[in-house]
Amino acid sequence: MEKESVKTKTSYFPKPYAVKGGRSMPKKKKRLFRKSSFREAVTGYFFLLPALILLGVFLLYPMASAFYYSFTDFYILTPDEKSFIGLENFTFIFQDAEFRQAFWNTVYFTIIVVPVQLAVALGLALLINQKLKFRIFFRTAFFSPVVMSLVVVSILWTFMYNPNEGLINEFLGMVGIPSQPFLTSPDQAMNSIIVMSVWQGAGFQMMIFLAGLQNIPNHLYEAADIDGANRWHKFWNITLPGLRNVALFIFITITIAAFKLLVQPMIMTQGGPLGSTKSLVYHIYETGFNYRDVGYASAMAVIFTVIVLIITIVQRILIREERG
Amino acid sequence: MKKKRLIHRVTMYVILTFLSFLFLFPLIWMLFSSLKDEFQIFRDMSSLKAFLPPRPSEVEGGYFQNYIAAFQRVDLFDYIINSLIYTIGIIVFGLIVNSMAGYALARFRFPFAGFWLGVIIATLIIPPESIFLPLYVLVYDLGWVNTYTGLIVPFIANAFAIFLFRQFFLDFPRELEEAAKMDGCSQLGIFFRIIVPLSKPVFATVAIVLFINHWNDFLWPLVVASDESIRTIQIGLQYFMNEPPIQWGQVMAALTVATIPMLIIFIFLQRYYVQGLTHTGTKN
Repeated sequence: MEKESVKTKTSYFPKPYAVKGGRSMPKKKKRLFRKSSFREAVTGYFFLLPALILLGVFLLYPMASAFYYSFTDFYILTPDEKSFIGLENFTFIFQDAEFRQAFWNTVYFTIIVVPVQLAVALGLALLINQKLKFRIFFRTAFFSPVVMSLVVVSILWTFMYNPNEGLINEFLGMVGIPSQPFLTSPDQAMNSIIVMSVWQGAGFQMMIFLAGLQNIPNHLYEAADIDGANRWHKFWNITLPGLRNVALFIFITITIAAFKLLVQPMIMTQGGPLGSTKSLVYHIYETGFNYRDVGYASAMAVIFTVIVLIITIVQRILIREERG
Repeated sequence: MKKKRLIHRVTMYVILTFLSFLFLFPLIWMLFSSLKDEFQIFRDMSSLKAFLPPRPSEVEGGYFQNYIAAFQRVDLFDYIINSLIYTIGIIVFGLIVNSMAGYALARFRFPFAGFWLGVIIATLIIPPESIFLPLYVLVYDLGWVNTYTGLIVPFIANAFAIFLFRQFFLDFPRELEEAAKMDGCSQLGIFFRIIVPLSKPVFATVAIVLFINHWNDFLWPLVVASDESIRTIQIGLQYFMNEPPIQWGQVMAALTVATIPMLIIFIFLQRYYVQGLTHTGTKN
């Protein structure tokens, strides 16, 4: 019964409480409704044009090119001999065992990393978001891996994962666990990369969760205290719903970032052993640059973009549902 | 009751200290190993000494021998300069181009303004990983492979930065601009002499977001800067690591050097840094 009463309280939430960065929009002034003058239009375009041109040339045009190349047999070495081959690249994707493996590796990485990292980040944020001494120290500690680049982190962990004399195996040896072939066994390599990736990224999401936690109005907790709610009730009925939008945002960004997996396998395992860590983007990179098959690589890039697009659209729908 | 709370607090600190160690130990290990000689790195690895600095008497050849050797073996210094040119180039041009675009979208009414804003926001969805091949072909055709231009120019315009600037300028009071207009100041003059100096926080935030992104960039520099003379530090590290024989002490020194600029930014500009992050997270 107690739980019920708290639950009804939460429905009185002011709606857009969670994701509200910065100051509020100013009230529209009458000026804004004035018709634009020719001079204003010229000045506006003068300010906007450099950015528009750059985005057009270096983002939209390559995007369109990728789409176009995906229907051709474009090889880097023979750029002028590319010819239109229709859907051949796309039909080949379904027969390409390497693509299938890279695709499932990426999906596996994503479905493990996303919930684990989300949970770790939320846990850290909740731990830090208390009245504690050395709060800033703890926050900085959790955040410090974020400051390091993926390249640095990957090299460092390659050394730590070293089977013979790596740091982790040395310490496992001290507690009697035999040496593990972290990066050299097909069964463990991807999981080892996952552990490292969570370690590196969780601090980043923790910071965003912290900002979200600070946006939950305190009076809700006070009201819950008056109703005699315990820690658990408050967490379920105030904190979690209050973090919904932030969590959703983090969920989507981790998913997309995870789908772009490249640096870790490229540096730590070169996609091996037995292709067990080769990711989709890595496969695209290899096809394009090592085998110079731009046409086929572009077809895979198009598929990759469509997947990212779908994830983003799902995010939009979920957030809209929350607001509407 | 009081005892229970005390126990709760103590467990809290124990958990937090343990977790901090989990997050910090690779960093500590990297820093201290870079000061040790090759033999000692491996000797210390099987004990907690791995996380302690070496005693002066243990180090033959001085604390910084690995750093000196690493800098002598490869052009680490050049790689850092290249990284700085790359990131600072993007920041300087990016701040100008993106702030102007953000200002235009916040202040002026002109045909298709809403349409362009929509297009710019839509480009946020395009993952850079999906266009690096055609972008390489384009930059190749322009003759920009292995040039700073090829590294920098494609990443000057940044939809996210434009959006941040627009949000900031929307809230910026108009009175000053109107006063300057009365005094006969040109639109460009108003922007660079009045708006820019008064908008330091947003410029700092965008500069830091750009710095974090591009200092750690890997894919684009790897693709477009194949020549050693233009290699950035992140790419240099990868070559350093794959070049036998691996001297781990030197590798650790090089890793530390590559991390220092980010550490400096983080320590001294923490406020803006965190602001930049939370903007990334919540202003969507």
